[in-house]
Amino acid sequence: MTPTDTNQRAAPAPIAEAGPVPGTAVPRTEVPRTRGPRTPGPRTLNGAQILCESLLKEGADLIFGYPGGAILPTYDALTEYPAIHHVLTRHEQGATHMADGFARATGKVGVVMATSGPGATNLVTGLATAMMDSSPIVAITGQVPLPLVGTDAFQETDVTGVTLPITKHNYLVTDVADLAHIVKEAFHIARTGRPGPVLIDIPKDIQMAETPFIWPEEPVRLPGYRPPATADPVRVGSALELIKAAKRPLILAGHGILMADAVDQLRHYAEATHTPVALTLLGKSCMSEEHPLCFGMMGMHGNAHVNEAIQQADLLIALGMRFDDRVTGNLATYAQSAKKIHIDIDATEINKNVPVDIGIVGDAKVVMQELLSQLNDTNVEPNPEWVDQIRTWQLDSDRRELIRDDQEPLDDRPGLDPKKLLAGQVMRDLCKYTKGEAVTVTDVGQHQMFEAQYYQHKRPRTLITSGGLGTMGFGVPAAIGAKMGTDDSVWAIAGDGGFQMTMMELATAVQERVNVKVAVINNGFLGMVRQWQEFFYDERYHATPMVNPDFCKLAEAFGIPTRRVTQRSQVKDAVLWAESITEGPVFVEFVVEKEDIVYPMVPAGAALNEMIRRPIPGQEEAVPEIALGTVANSGV
Amino acid sequence: MAKHTICALVENRPGVLVRVLNLFRRRNFNIDSLTVGRTQREEYSRLTMVMEGSRKEADLVEKNLFKLVNVIHVEHLEDTPAVARELALMKVKTDQETRREVTQLCDIFRARILDVAPDAMMIEITGEERKLENFIELLRPMGIVEMVRTGVVAMGRGEHTLKDHGYQPQRFPSSARPTVL
Repeated sequence: MTPTDTNQRAAPAPIAEAGPVPGTAVPRTEVPRTRGPRTPGPRTLNGAQILCESLLKEGADLIFGYPGGAILPTYDALTEYPAIHHVLTRHEQGATHMADGFARATGKVGVVMATSGPGATNLVTGLATAMMDSSPIVAITGQVPLPLVGTDAFQETDVTGVTLPITKHNYLVTDVADLAHIVKEAFHIARTGRPGPVLIDIPKDIQMAETPFIWPEEPVRLPGYRPPATADPVRVGSALELIKAAKRPLILAGHGILMADAVDQLRHYAEATHTPVALTLLGKSCMSEEHPLCFGMMGMHGNAHVNEAIQQADLLIALGMRFDDRVTGNLATYAQSAKKIHIDIDATEINKNVPVDIGIVGDAKVVMQELLSQLNDTNVEPNPEWVDQIRTWQLDSDRRELIRDDQEPLDDRPGLDPKKLLAGQVMRDLCKYTKGEAVTVTDVGQHQMFEAQYYQHKRPRTLITSGGLGTMGFGVPAAIGAKMGTDDSVWAIAGDGGFQMTMMELATAVQERVNVKVAVINNGFLGMVRQWQEFFYDERYHATPMVNPDFCKLAEAFGIPTRRVTQRSQVKDAVLWAESITEGPVFVEFVVEKEDIVYPMVPAGAALNEMIRRPIPGQEEAVPEIALGTVANSGV
Repeated sequence: MAKHTICALVENRPGVLVRVLNLFRRRNFNIDSLTVGRTQREEYSRLTMVMEGSRKEADLVEKNLFKLVNVIHVEHLEDTPAVARELALMKVKTDQETRREVTQLCDIFRARILDVAPDAMMIEITGEERKLENFIELLRPMGIVEMVRTGVVAMGRGEHTLKDHGYQPQRFPSSARPTVL
C-alpha cells in the first residue's frame, strides 16, 4: 500500500490488512487460523513520508518552500501526497513571510520548508519577524546527514544554533522514531500560549530512514510548557477594584486580542463600562474603527489625541500588548498618572518595560470572560465626560488633518497641491473604495504608517503588518500567503524600497494564480529614513533617494496587468479596476509626493504627548524644540 | 542590589544548557555563578544560578527561564528557607614555616588538605559562599597559585522540593536516553 492511498483526510484508507487481498489466489492453508484475524500493524514509512503524514494529521495542507539537496527526500515524498499543496517561492525569505501572512490571516499554523545551509539561513529574517509578532509558523529544514553534522559539510549550517534566539523552540531530529512526536509537539508549541515560530531540522538520512509510523493520538504533554489555561479570579477581582475607582480609564488593545479571538469580549467590556479603546499597530482591526469608543492607533505615529489620553488617563487596561518602545515613547514620562492593569499570556511581558499595579497572566479571552462575569455583579460608573474630553482633543487632530473624505473635493484645501498625490490620500481612497473590507498587508515604512492612519479596519485580522521587527520586504510575500488562506480581497501595500527587496515573489503569485492586489507607493525615496534625515540629520539625504525601474513594465514582464496612478482623481478607478480582477495578481503603482512626512510623530526619547504635529493648513508652526535636541543621543 | 539564588529543573537533553546560557547572554543578565548537574532521576538535571541585582531583575530571570520549553520548574530560593553550598579547590604556596599556619586555618574552617608537596598544598573547602571567601582572603597573603570554585548549589529546607510536574520523558523513545547537557 502506498501512502497516497491513505491521503484522503475525509475518508482515510484502512491501514494495511494482514489478510489476503480479495481476488488473489492464496492457498487457504497458508492463512493462520488458530489465533483469529491478526491485528493490523503500523505501516513502515520513511522519515519523509512520516513528515507528510504528520503534516496532514496537523491539518497542514499548504507548504511554502524551496527545494534543495538536503530536503530532496521530502520533496520526493510530497509527490505521493497530492493533498499537500506546495508553493514554490522565489526565495526562502518570501516563503517564511508567506507562511506568516497565511497564519495571521487564518489563525492556522503556516508551514515553510527549505533545504540546509543557505536555504535555512534565508529563513532567518522571516522567523525573526514571526517571533517578534507572535505568529505561529512551523519551519522544516533539511540538514546534512547525521554523520556529517558538525563536519562543515557542503551546505551545512548549525541551523538550530542560528535560529535559537528567533524561534519559540526548535528541534534537531536525531532518530526517525521521534519525528511524528516532534511534528506534533512543534505544531502544539507554535499555536498555543503566546504563538511563535518553531523549527524542525531534519537530517537527510533521517528523512530516508524507515520506521513504523505511529501517530501519537494522546495530547501533547510537555511538563516545562504549561501555558496558562485559566484566569486568576482574585487578581481579576483586584483589577475590578481599580476599574471601579477609575475616572479616566483607557483600554490599550493589542495583537493578543486578535490571537485569542477576544474581539467580542473587548467590545462588550468597552460598551458595558463606556471605556475608550486605543489600538496598537498590530491590534488594529481588533475593534471596528467606526465604533464610537474606538479612537484608533497609539504610539509614535498614532493619533495625538490618543497619546494625550494615555498621558492623562488614571487607569490603563493593557490587553494583549507589550508596551513596546514605539507605543510608550520615553518610559520615564509614560502615563505617570495612571494605574496600570496588564493582561498578557506571556508572564515575561508583565513589568518588563512598564511597572504595573496588577499583572494578570492569561489568555485575553479567558481573562476578559472572567472580568465580564465579575462585572455583572458590580457597578462600574461610566464617565462620559472622559470620552468627551478625548473627542475634544480629537478636534485638534481633525483641524490639522489634510486628508478627509467627508470634504470632497479636497484638493483645494490650503496646503494641498492638486497636482500631487499623497500616500495618505491613496490609503483613504483605498479604504473608501474597498469599503474598509479588504485585508491589507503592508510593508514597512511611511506607507505602513499612512495605512495605519487612514485605513479604518472593521473586521478582525484584516491588517497584517510587520510591527515588532519592522521587516522591509514583508508585504508582497505575506499578502500572497494571506490570500491563499482567505477569500477576502487582499491588498499588498509596499513602498518602492521594500517592494524591491522581495519583488521576485510576483512570479510566485503568477505561478500560483494568486489574486493579490499589489500597490506600490512610489516616492522615489526610502521615505521614513528620509523623514528622519529631514527632522534630525539636517536634511542630509544620504543613501535614501532611489533610482527605480519602471515598475509597471516590470510587473508586465511577469505577465501581470498593471495601472499607474499619478493623481488623486485616478485612485478610485484604479482601486475598482483592481478589485474587478478576480484571477491572478494585479499591480498598481501610485506615484506619490516625494517629500511627504508622516505626522504626527513622537521623536525618539520624547514623551508620548510631545508630538511633532502637522502644521494647521495655512499656518506655519515651529517644530517643538524637544523634538530636535533629544534624538541624536536617544540611542533609538 | 542583593544576591539571588534561583534553582531550576531542566530536561536532560542536548541543547538545553545552550538555551539557558543564550537567554542570559541575550537579555544581559549578570550571572555570578551557574552550576548544572544530575539529580536523583536521570531524565532531568538541576541548575542553580546566583545573580546580583534587584528583585525585579531576578523575577525577569525566573520568568524568562520558565518560558523555555525544556525548563520544567523554576524557583527563587529567597522565598523559602534554603541551604546553599559551594566547593573550592586551591593550591597555596607553602614552606616549612607557613605549612603549620595553613594547617591550622584548615582546621578552623573544616577544610581538607588533599595534597602536600614541598612548596605547595592543595586544599578542599566546602561551605557557604561567604565562608569560602573569608578563607580565601586569609590564604591570599601566602600566595594562592591556583584555584577553582564550583559555584553555588542550593536546596530548600524541610519537605520543600522543586516540582517536576509529573515529568515523564517516555514519549520520545530514543531521546529519553540521558545525554550530557
